[in-house]
Amino acid sequence: MLYWDQMNAYFDNGTTTPVAKEVLDAMLPYFRENFGHPIFIYSLGQEAAEAIERSQKIISRTINAKPEEITFTSNGTESIDLAIRGAAYANRRKGNHIITTNVENPSVLRVCDKLESDGFKVDYIAVDKQGLVDLDQLKKTINDKTILVSVANVNDEIGTVQPVDEVARIVREQGRKIFFHVNAIAGYMRVPVDVERLGVDMLSLSAHKIHGPKGVGALYLRKGTRIEPLNYGYVSMSGLKPGTENVAGIVGFAKAAELASDRFDRNVKKMLELRERLMKGIEERMSYYLLHGPRGEKRSPANVNYSFKGVEGEAILLRLDLEGVSVATGSACSTRKLEPSHVLTAIGIKPEVAHSATRFTISWQNTPEEVDYALDVLPGVIENLRKISPIKAEDM
Amino acid sequence: MPAEYTERSLLKYSQKLIEMFKNPKNIGEMENPTVTADEGDVQCGDAFRMFLKIEDNVIVDAKFLSFGCAANIATGAATTEIVKGKTVDEAEKITIKEITESLDGLPPLKMHCATLAFKTLKKALENYRKMQK
Repeated sequence: MLYWDQMNAYFDNGTTTPVAKEVLDAMLPYFRENFGHPIFIYSLGQEAAEAIERSQKIISRTINAKPEEITFTSNGTESIDLAIRGAAYANRRKGNHIITTNVENPSVLRVCDKLESDGFKVDYIAVDKQGLVDLDQLKKTINDKTILVSVANVNDEIGTVQPVDEVARIVREQGRKIFFHVNAIAGYMRVPVDVERLGVDMLSLSAHKIHGPKGVGALYLRKGTRIEPLNYGYVSMSGLKPGTENVAGIVGFAKAAELASDRFDRNVKKMLELRERLMKGIEERMSYYLLHGPRGEKRSPANVNYSFKGVEGEAILLRLDLEGVSVATGSACSTRKLEPSHVLTAIGIKPEVAHSATRFTISWQNTPEEVDYALDVLPGVIENLRKISPIKAEDM
Repeated sequence: MPAEYTERSLLKYSQKLIEMFKNPKNIGEMENPTVTADEGDVQCGDAFRMFLKIEDNVIVDAKFLSFGCAANIATGAATTEIVKGKTVDEAEKITIKEITESLDGLPPLKMHCATLAFKTLKKALENYRKMQK
């Protein structure tokens, strides 16, 4: 089901990205030449241990942390689980109340479900029509049993940039220790992240969203922050994540972070130009569309999400795929459940409109030509599907 | 909390279904249909309309419109393709299995979407029977 004989425009970088060439080159020696285990005290092992330490240093610099504050994990989902459950279990004597928002990624929501079944109480703060968290409700929801607050800095579906510094300030104002976790997976290398300025305790990252390899994530853990490990076993370098490290993957993650960080300003500028080009093109050429999430600075430079009324998202996704354009959808039909995206529901989008949501996620590797190609293809796909729909776009 | 495991096959479409989705047969409005039926719920992300032209108890033409996913569009095309040329009695005996098999099967998670075309056909035939009374 691949159509490589035509132009391809990959706009699902929020789901995953291709590994950058420099990243692959950096990784390759760690499969065969420098294959050592970091616990070896002889040179091969030391090289591996040093490679991990170098990687900690590189990644810590990108978020203004210290190298020893970086723990490598197997993916972003594991980072989030370790942060949230690890902090909850370590603090259960101090309280059982956790606060997050109703637009978090399933990786956060599922962990919260698990904690609720463990006897914790979780409150989900509402968001406004643009997906911005209600800070007043947050203030009112914090109580003397609250031990943890978790918010993503960028919403992965609709691109809302959350006021995480405001959230951090509210959390710190309480006068007693409440852990603050930021899921920065969708925001990393799209918006600036500075753990010192933010005053965050834990922050989750993932490699494969920034042109690094799959199977590697990182958890920033502020020095002195104690959380409970979720896994036990042989400790190689970190007691929080026992077992043999994915050395090549970690090296690749660091390389990807270094590349993206060195070119951060240029990359953001490029993504913004592509985002505006795509949004302008859609709004000029299409009818009966609805933008999800904010415009301007409160929107991630990487995210474009519209509903094209009267047509179903999965059909849009697959028709675009046939034309070589990769996107994601908020439609229920693309998932196991028959409900539309919880994020679109949370910002007040009617289900029949949420089912038409089409998400384009941009990377600095995309080009204006790819945007133009998507814009050439999109109107025909939507028009064609509207023609065969019994629902009139203007009635929705 | 029970663990869930997502089988790749639960969401994977057959090549035949994708072909039918790419170029669906019998799609569009019909002028002067003998009978029309609607099913589905836009809030659940699907809506389906079927038109049948019936002459001397034989379905001479069948068309459909769909606000639905690829499975929905493809099964709509398959269903209308199967009923064309059949008598109303024969059409009433069509099973959902016949429809999905004509598309080399459907991912289990998509059965819901396929049922819609089938349910609309049943409703159209019921409407026709009522008209005959």
